[in-house]
Amino acid sequence: MINAWWIIGGVLFVLLNTAAGLIWLERRMLALWQDRYGPNRAGPFGLFIVLADTLKLFFKEDWIPPFADKVVFVFAPAVVVASVLMSFVIVPFAPGIVVADLNIGILFFLAMSSLGVYSIVLGGWASNNKYALLGAMRGASQMISYEVFMGLALMGVVVLSGSFNLQQIVESQRTVWFVIPQLLGFLIFMVAGIAETHRLPFDIPEAESELVAGFHSEYSGMKFGMFFIGEYLGVTLISAMVVTLYFGGWLGPSFLPPVVWFAIKTFAFISLFILLRASMPRPRYDQLMEYGWKVLFPLSLLNLLVTAAIKLWLVSK
Amino acid sequence: MFSLLRSMWLVFLHMFHKRDTYQYPEQKAPLPARWRGRIALTRDPDGEERCVGCYLCAAACPVDCISLQATEDEHGRRYPEFFRINFSRCIFCGFCEEACPTYAIQLLPDFEMAEYNRQNLVYEKHDLLIPSQGKYPGYNYYKVAGLAIKDKDKGDAEHEEPPVDIKSLLP
Repeated sequence: MINAWWIIGGVLFVLLNTAAGLIWLERRMLALWQDRYGPNRAGPFGLFIVLADTLKLFFKEDWIPPFADKVVFVFAPAVVVASVLMSFVIVPFAPGIVVADLNIGILFFLAMSSLGVYSIVLGGWASNNKYALLGAMRGASQMISYEVFMGLALMGVVVLSGSFNLQQIVESQRTVWFVIPQLLGFLIFMVAGIAETHRLPFDIPEAESELVAGFHSEYSGMKFGMFFIGEYLGVTLISAMVVTLYFGGWLGPSFLPPVVWFAIKTFAFISLFILLRASMPRPRYDQLMEYGWKVLFPLSLLNLLVTAAIKLWLVSK
Repeated sequence: MFSLLRSMWLVFLHMFHKRDTYQYPEQKAPLPARWRGRIALTRDPDGEERCVGCYLCAAACPVDCISLQATEDEHGRRYPEFFRINFSRCIFCGFCEEACPTYAIQLLPDFEMAEYNRQNLVYEKHDLLIPSQGKYPGYNYYKVAGLAIKDKDKGDAEHEEPPVDIKSLLP
């Protein structure tokens, strides 16, 4: 068994570097799909753009608006990163490589991703600015409503594996990945996850064409950087969760170590997120809420119902 | 739903398309000859300044970035004493070129004029004058309009062609 501190340090290091690297990766991928080059000047393949961005954010004037509620304003960006990083505690990267092997892993994940709402609401409210407040309101309503059936979509997996512990969920996918019996649940979870991280088809809280920049309009410097990094960490988290719950986590042919399999699958989903960003139009706000409550919510309930019924039938045989 | 998946697929296929970025410093974008860039004052075929200091360009300029002062030389030919264009104001609209009756002021296809110091964007006459006829080679305003000097009317000199008859429609 590896020392727990090594695992914590390693997970932190890898995650923060992944989030930083995703800035570059996303710009390159978007450029690839839009027939452009993207950042390719600074360093090999433009990799140093991350360093340049970070330096710029550090040296930018960190301006706190005089009309803002200072304590809350400073506190809000920390909540994003903290809540997302806390969610990663329960993600099993490989057998044994998990920070906290909780028996209620999924519940913890849902709770932590719900806490992410606070950062948006507090950030938008503390900015004391109408655009930011509108963005925060939209963000809050979107996250809360999509949170509901995000949890319900996961319940199908829980029913099939009979456990809230993520390692056991991965272990129970040895025969077949849950994406096959739980295809509907996977699709709903994907949509809810995208909405949860405000990625592009559902980036209503940030809708820059309508709301300047939404809830982080007034933020600058490293505080904005925190929101930025928080978003990319969220993308990584949702991808890792999709992989863990539906695509067999670290399971794979044995010619590669389990961690590598996990990384490959996660990377594939991150790329899918970026492809979605490159190709999807943004829905109108009322369409988004309607779609969530009137389509996805009943579907996820139906999915849970059918899954549970089949499971009962199989058990009773 | 199908259209969303289709659009995703089509965007994915763009991976295999050729990228159409010009890698700027090494690879310059081809600019058409009429591209409105840096402003220059041209000369006529004799190497004289075309500008006659009529102030029409300064009047036409929507941002008032052109300032000049006309004087006359000993033959009574007008020329600008100073000619100043503040390129930090200029919007490269080309109205000065439109307004110029002598084709003197012309916009050239060149945009590489960035400066670190704002003061350096104020171009004086020696920055603007180029030893070239620009886009209208062979055009000489005084050949067309004629030039009256002391004791000589337009077109009366020995080898001087008569000026263009502005009352006639014939070429």
